[in-house]
Amino acid sequence: MMKPERPVGIVGYGAYIPRFRIAAREIARIWDGAGGTPVDSKSVPGPDEDTITMSIEAARNALARARIAPDRLSAVWVGSESPPYSVKPSGTLVAEALGATPWVSAADWEFACKAGSEALTAAMGMVGSGMAQYVLAIGADTAQGRPGDALEYTAAAGAAALLVGPAAEAVAVIEGTTSYVTDTPDFFRRADTAYPVHGHRFTGEPAYFNTLRSAAERLLRDLGAKPSDFTYAVFHQPNTRFPQTVARQLGFTPQQIATGLLSPKIGNAYSAAALLGLCAILDVAKPGDTIFVATYGSGAGSDAYALRVTEALPERRGRAPLTAAYLARETFVDYAVYAKRRGKLVME
Amino acid sequence: MDLAKHWRLRHARYRLEGQRNRLTGEVRFPPAPPRPGEAEDVWEPYVLSGRGRVYSFSVVRQPPEGFEDQPPYLVALVRLDEGPMVTAQLTDCDLEQAAIDMPVEMVTRRLRDLGPTGLIVYGYKFRPIVQSGNH
Amino acid sequence: MRHVYIIGTGATAVGEHWDRSAESLAIEALNSALGTIPVSRLGALYVASALSGTLHAQSQIGALIATAAGIPGVEAVTIEAGGASGGVALRQACMAVASGAVDLAAVVGVEKVTDVLDARREAALALATDADWEAIHGVTLTALWALLMRRYMHEYGYTADDFAPFPINAHANAVANPRAMYRFAITADKVRSAPMVSEPLGLLDCSTAADGAAAVIIASEGLARELCANPVRIAGSAVATDTLALHSRSNPLWLTAAAQTTAAALRSAHLTHSDVQVFDVTDPHGIAAALALESSGFAERGTAVALAREGAITPKGRLPLATGGGCKARGDTVGANGVYQIVELVAQLRGQAGAAQVEGARVALAQCMGGIGATVATHILTLD
Repeated sequence: MMKPERPVGIVGYGAYIPRFRIAAREIARIWDGAGGTPVDSKSVPGPDEDTITMSIEAARNALARARIAPDRLSAVWVGSESPPYSVKPSGTLVAEALGATPWVSAADWEFACKAGSEALTAAMGMVGSGMAQYVLAIGADTAQGRPGDALEYTAAAGAAALLVGPAAEAVAVIEGTTSYVTDTPDFFRRADTAYPVHGHRFTGEPAYFNTLRSAAERLLRDLGAKPSDFTYAVFHQPNTRFPQTVARQLGFTPQQIATGLLSPKIGNAYSAAALLGLCAILDVAKPGDTIFVATYGSGAGSDAYALRVTEALPERRGRAPLTAAYLARETFVDYAVYAKRRGKLVME
Repeated sequence: MDLAKHWRLRHARYRLEGQRNRLTGEVRFPPAPPRPGEAEDVWEPYVLSGRGRVYSFSVVRQPPEGFEDQPPYLVALVRLDEGPMVTAQLTDCDLEQAAIDMPVEMVTRRLRDLGPTGLIVYGYKFRPIVQSGNH
Repeated sequence: MRHVYIIGTGATAVGEHWDRSAESLAIEALNSALGTIPVSRLGALYVASALSGTLHAQSQIGALIATAAGIPGVEAVTIEAGGASGGVALRQACMAVASGAVDLAAVVGVEKVTDVLDARREAALALATDADWEAIHGVTLTALWALLMRRYMHEYGYTADDFAPFPINAHANAVANPRAMYRFAITADKVRSAPMVSEPLGLLDCSTAADGAAAVIIASEGLARELCANPVRIAGSAVATDTLALHSRSNPLWLTAAAQTTAAALRSAHLTHSDVQVFDVTDPHGIAAALALESSGFAERGTAVALAREGAITPKGRLPLATGGGCKARGDTVGANGVYQIVELVAQLRGQAGAAQVEGARVALAQCMGGIGATVATHILTLD
């Protein structure tokens, strides 16, 4: 287990989910999804949205909750597999929009669906060492799936921002983290290609399940804790079934994961997926509640965290829109609009 | 390739940073150089709240070059709470939802994509308010 | 200052001149305006063009037209003030002749818009808005007028249908104008059922950008008596500006520069509002004409649309407007509009306007504006 010498926690958090949705049955209508659908619907970014714009809104929500002046941030880090530019950091633009520039570290992180939690772990180190007081770790993605591919049902959009700071100021103290990584090629996108490829059933047991279980079990063991010690749990959610299954394998109950399980309605928000689930939990958790978080990124790795909610949370969460407010503004589009918006129409 | 002309406006575009007069407290947007006779530093940077109301709105259906992929899109004059009026698009807003006096809030979105060899221009748009948890 | 006269006018048909260049159109208009006056007598050439630099990637249109006219060497200059270019160019000619620096000058307005496709033309037109704070948001001039129309409807309780008399009057008058682009009448039903361009503006309340050139010859009093049997005097001339961006104005429904220039032009002509018998204003949409009439002091705020509904803007009404078809039915030649206005109003004062003639017209007002009145030029024409 990794844990900084100086206790750290989340002093502000912010979610963002675009208003557009496409129903999985609408995708199935086009691509003969006779085998059932992995989610009910997924979020779709608006035509003027991308990883940068979604990161900005999530980050503004985190800053609003923390009431931290943006120029007090020491780092703005964006984890994503869908940055608008191949070369040119998203972090600099997000930092400018927040008003955190110029005396700030800014960079982008990449690790498939756990790029955001990579930034979170690094933020713990930066604040925990005393080098920084506040670091913003963001996970954001506008994920792409090849038309007709199984991924198309789930590849979604969203952002979550976690403002890491001293434990004394936190709404939730981070009690420890583990990171488990192997070279496991379950899913990848080669440079200069539009869509990723995935290993079908290879993405399951040897990749998602083994990796996530390893990180989670190690954290539980090192903490001397058991699943029933936690009020809530949230796992990376590439679909509805995987997080349910891994929860069961680990010994968590459906009740523990219900609050943070957003994938049935918004699909897989990639780098934001588990972190958005955490935001949804923080929206309702009470002081003293405990939260278990495990992310997963193909390639492959998992970061697990244990959090304890403080007395500061109830007052702070009302200062920005709740995750539920974003979940509630659902505007469904059909496959044609979705294809146009997501650049799936051949224009030339 | 247009770079500097967008770069130098980034604070105003990304975060609605205008100016406040140190003497009178007047807030203005967009920022501007001091007028003849004014002290160099009389206008200081000031980030506006981004809250306002729609003064009027319309829909663009015959777009100018560079906006061909966007129509129909809503454009509006928005009276900001601090007083200044701005021109911007309304986003996350259905055409039939827009109304005079509708409360709106600023979001930072993509304004224009200058193509594969150009910048993506980001800036302020306005949308119907997403209520905070307090409400 | 010397008195200044118009001694010749000419214009091309407005439309889609696929096989014509800007020079070709300009020279046709100039030759027509000169009549028997030798081109070599021109002391200065003022060329108004709003879009040439952008659409043709050609600057120094003044030198280009002078060369095409066979008078390289003449003092020539291009005037760009968006839709006010024609009026601003006329003002330069007036000042040159009034001051005594020049005895004979030509003003040529020319616009060639059909060489590029629609989106590029819209972008060029939108340059008359503030590039950094309006155009970057995808705003067009049409959309800005639509914003004003909706606000006007909101404040004064009108519907979009109430604006129909403006395009109906413009089309009715254009039937008699051989140079007009749309020489057919339209009905309120047609206006109402037209597709939307920029709500609440429908297609039949929107002008069409088109090619065309118009020219007027400006002379000192002495030359006017020598060269022309029926000169028309430019009794008042004024140009003023407003904020480039519409949102910077304390009341967007008030065109300050229209108010200022009308007052100044009438004052220098020693005339009052009630003396003006025929008008031509920048009227790509009914709302533009309404705001021009109100801001210029010819209608109370919020009443111009009601006056139009009552027939005041027809050739037989109190405020005859767009007697040559206006921007809507003559065709919108942008930077040349201000010169077309003069050509048509001179015909009115000479009693040569045919079916659209305003009986006994002796005082006319021409007003053109760039953008949403960021530049306004107003001229008063009279018969001596």
